[in-house]
This record gives sequence, structure tokens and C-alpha cells, in this order.
Amino acid sequence: MLLSMEHLRKEYPNGKIAVDDFNLQVDRGEFISFIGTSGSGKTTTMRMINRMLNQTSGTIKIDGEDISQMDPVKLRRSIGYVIQNIGLMPHMTIQENIEIVPKLLGWSKEKRAEQAKKMINLAQLPEEMLQRYPGELSGGQQQRIGVVRALAADQEIILMDEPFGALDPITRESLQDLVKHLQEDLGKTFIFVTHDMDEALHLSTRVVIMSHGKQVQVDTPENILRHPANEFVTNLIGEERLIRAQPNILSVSQIMLKNPAAITPDKTLDDAIDLMHERRVDTLLVTDADDVLQGYVDLDDINRITDATTPVSRFTNKEVFYVQANALIGDTVDRILKQGVKNVPVVDAKKHLVGIVTRTALVDIVYDALRGAPATDEEPASPINADIHAAATHEGGESSQ
Amino acid sequence: MIHFLQVYGMQMIDKTGQHLYISAAALLLGIIVAVPLGILLTRMKHGANAVITLAGVLQTIPAMALLAMMIPIFGIGSTPAIVALFIYSLLPILRNTYLGMEGVSPTVRDAAKGMGMTWWQSMIRAEIPLAAPVIMSGIRLSATYVIAWATLASYIGAGGLGDFIFNGLNLYRSDLILGGSIPVILLALIVDYLLGKLENTVTPRQLR
Repeated sequence: MLLSMEHLRKEYPNGKIAVDDFNLQVDRGEFISFIGTSGSGKTTTMRMINRMLNQTSGTIKIDGEDISQMDPVKLRRSIGYVIQNIGLMPHMTIQENIEIVPKLLGWSKEKRAEQAKKMINLAQLPEEMLQRYPGELSGGQQQRIGVVRALAADQEIILMDEPFGALDPITRESLQDLVKHLQEDLGKTFIFVTHDMDEALHLSTRVVIMSHGKQVQVDTPENILRHPANEFVTNLIGEERLIRAQPNILSVSQIMLKNPAAITPDKTLDDAIDLMHERRVDTLLVTDADDVLQGYVDLDDINRITDATTPVSRFTNKEVFYVQANALIGDTVDRILKQGVKNVPVVDAKKHLVGIVTRTALVDIVYDALRGAPATDEEPASPINADIHAAATHEGGESSQ
Repeated sequence: MIHFLQVYGMQMIDKTGQHLYISAAALLLGIIVAVPLGILLTRMKHGANAVITLAGVLQTIPAMALLAMMIPIFGIGSTPAIVALFIYSLLPILRNTYLGMEGVSPTVRDAAKGMGMTWWQSMIRAEIPLAAPVIMSGIRLSATYVIAWATLASYIGAGGLGDFIFNGLNLYRSDLILGGSIPVILLALIVDYLLGKLENTVTPRQLR
């Protein structure tokens, strides 16, 4: 465990409780985002890690060592620090800026210069820029320097306080790619404070959602999208984002219909027709006694047989297209739609039948993802979408189980 | 003119030297006291205004009165003159140091501390260099004041170019008055020019 925070509490002299019972264990190479409304204590928590603030109670350990026992100056030199307003020294060249911490640590001039070159390459900026002053660079370039400066002394943990808040969306995206690269390829550990949910979900291995000094939910982006802990989290994520994310976080088992109409191979044609009539479907799935999927029977196939006592096994279609229950919809929806089948049986790992996905359910998901809104009764805006939707409803209505 | 220089030339160089000595000593003392004090004031939540007001009040004491007040304490000669001029030099330096340090962006301070600079390193490497232009302009202003007022120091026996002016006034000799005034003006201009150069040097390239 690289960083461990236990029962952290920060109370100001005026009685305001900024952080209350904060617990988090961070592994090497993780990318943790703190997100919440302003005043939720996310920045306060982050600033306690490099002792810019001291906690009222609780412990923070880095590599098992209690930081309250460490010299704060030494501690800060070992932790990268990037702030929103960039914080480059305006009177120093880019090279001098990058070399600040190495110089504080007493590195030799040659080693520092070498490191500065390495860092500017990491920032994907030309080496000539080392001799420029921060004011001569664009905001995005400055923050690139700000980011790599935080790594210049091989810091393992990098703290970032809304580092890209002031940048335009395109610049912001390219900087997000930069920090993602630093985390994934160099194995750096990031503690990232943001109020941008897209940013948090895109970059993080885990997201810490905070409100009024308390942790509301700590989980991976996927799990947060899948199971928002409460209404606050749902609101923070936003309904639109939740819907958009559905194909990538919902599994097939979440949209399938349970209890599909199924029949065993030893039953007769009569039984099959009775069951179809009873369940008002035109297709039956065929499973053996252990519920393992064998195939399906279709009304068209049955029509051609006249003997009512023919066993089901005689007219079972063995070539059946099925999907796994735990597969993500985003990964399977294309394949399902291309197959052109009306509905798809869902099986578990041992091919036991667990449910069925109808075309209607799938099209609803695709529709929601495209339109960014739940498929309700409202008029679809584009005629193409309207056609797809109507056709799907029609077809699905016929065959739904 | 040539005749005047032949008669008073050596004396003039001598007096200019004295004048410079008094001014420089007062200004140096002023810098030594006011710059650290100004920095200290930015670290205090209360009291900064009180101290700056006090320096402002000292500034309003008439120069002649202040010089006279020094005699009972320091006697006559250059010491009381230096002390009096030192008091005058305080306010511009103090105020500009305070304003300059206050003007350093909190972001820079936060970044310096967050990267692991000690208080002292943050001062020397970040905050003072950034405040330097404003501090320097305070010093420049003080230097001009001090050189001008050092003329009055002659009144309490400190010497300097004021001697010419007072003699000229007593003897109704305008050549002596001019012989004192013109070097004072030149001195003030030259020092201001040189300090201006220095101010430019300490101003970070990006902030010019």
C-alpha cells in the first residue's frame, strides 16, 4: 500500500468540519480522483497529503511511514504538486522552473540539465522552450510544464488540484492524455482533485465522491456508473451521462427478460404449440433437463409438420446464436443486430439458459445511447431514428416473450 | 565660472563627498531596517497599517525640526544628520516593500511551499525577486529625497553641499548658492539614473 489514509478529520478553529472520517487505501500506480461540489473537502483532503494542511486527527502513511513524523519540507519535495493556476515562477526560465525541486535536493548542474531535457520531451514540447519564460508560453504549454515539473525529481505520488480547470476543452483533453500516459506508462500514482465528472470518469482507476467533508462513494468509474450510491451521486453524474454510459457498463443480464419460454426435447409438437399459445410467442428455446441450451423451435418449422406427437427434438434448430449473461451490451449489441435474429437467448458460463434479449430491448439501449435521453413517448427528432424505433417496436411486439 | 571652480573646486569635491557619505549612510540604514520590516509586516495579520502610519507620521515632521531634535541626543556633526535622514528614508521603502511583497501572487507562494521550499528559500528564490521592482522603486524615491534633504544637514554641522548654500545665503552670494544647488541636483539625477538601471536589472525579463 503506497498511501494510506485512516480516519482523517480536519476541523477549523471556527468549528467548521472540512473533512470527516476519511479513509482511503491507494496502491502504486492508481489514479484516484476526488470529486464533489465546492466545499466538499476534496482539496482540503488532498492538501493534507503533503502537509500543506495538518489534519486534526487521523493518520496518513506513505509506504507505511506516518507523515506527521516526517519533516514537511522533505515530504513535499518527494511529492509532486500541480495547482490550478499553474504556479510556474514567472521570473524563472522553463528550465529553472523544472529544476526547482532537483536543485532543492542538491542535484548536480549536469544532472539537472539532463533531467530538464528529459522532462520537456515528456511534455512533448521542443527543447528550445527551456530557455523561454512562462509568460511566453500558452496556457496549455505552461500547464504541460507544470505537470512534468511535478515529476522532475522522480516523485512517485503526484497531487493535482483542478489542474486543467482553466483550460479550453481541446487543450484540456490533450493534457488529460498526458497525465494518463504518465500514470499508465510510468506507473506514477495520481491524486487528482476535479469538479469535472467526465474528467474523473475518463482518467481514474477509482473515484472518490465527496460531499460536506464525507466520502459518499469510493469505487471504479464503471461501478459508480452502474450503481450510484444515492441520489446525490446520481445527480452529480447527471442522468444524461448515466444513459450514455449504459452500453459500456450494463451487462446483458441487466436487460434480458428472465424466465423465457423453454421446452425440453422429449416433449411433443402438441405441447410446443400449447406452450406458444399460452405464452403468446412464436419461438421456443429448447433446453435439456439441466437447463442447458440445445436450440430453438420456430413456428415456421412447426407448420410443416402434421403429426402432433412428433418429439420436439426432431424439429429443433441446433444452430442457435446466444450471448453470455455477463457480457457488456456495448460489446454484443453490434453482433446481435448483425445476426438479424429477433431475439437472443442468454446463457451463463456453463451454457445454462438464464434469459432472453429481445430486439426491442436492444434497440431501446442503442436509441438511448444515441439520443442521450431515455426512450420515452416523446417524438423522436429525426425521421431515421423514428423509423428504426417504430420498426423495432413493431417487430419486438410480435416476438416478445 | 572657471574662476569659481579654481577657488572652490577642491572644496566642492570635498563637500560632495561628505554629502554622498551622509546620504548613502542614511539610505543604507533605511534599506537595512525598512526592507526586512516591510517583509515582516506582510506576515503579520494586524499591525501592518499601524507601522506604516507611524512611518507616515515621522515623514510629516518638518526637516528642520527633526534635525534640531537630533542635537540633544546625538550632538552636532554627521551622526544626527544621518539618523534624521534615515528616518525620512523609511516610509517610501517600507511602503513599497510591503506593497511589493503583498503583490506576489498567492499561487507562487503556494507552489513554492508545495514543492518543498523552506520559508527562507521561498523568500530568496521566489517572493523577493518578484517584489524587487516595486521595492527598488521605493529605494529610488528615498534616495532622491535623502540627497535633497541632506542639504539641510549643513545646518547642524554635518557638512555637505549645504555648506555652500547656507554660506551663500548669509553672504548674499548667488554663485555660492548655485555652486551648492547645481551639484545637489546633478547628484540626485545621477543617483536616480543609476538606481533606475539597477531596478531594470533586478526586474525579471518577463515582468518588464
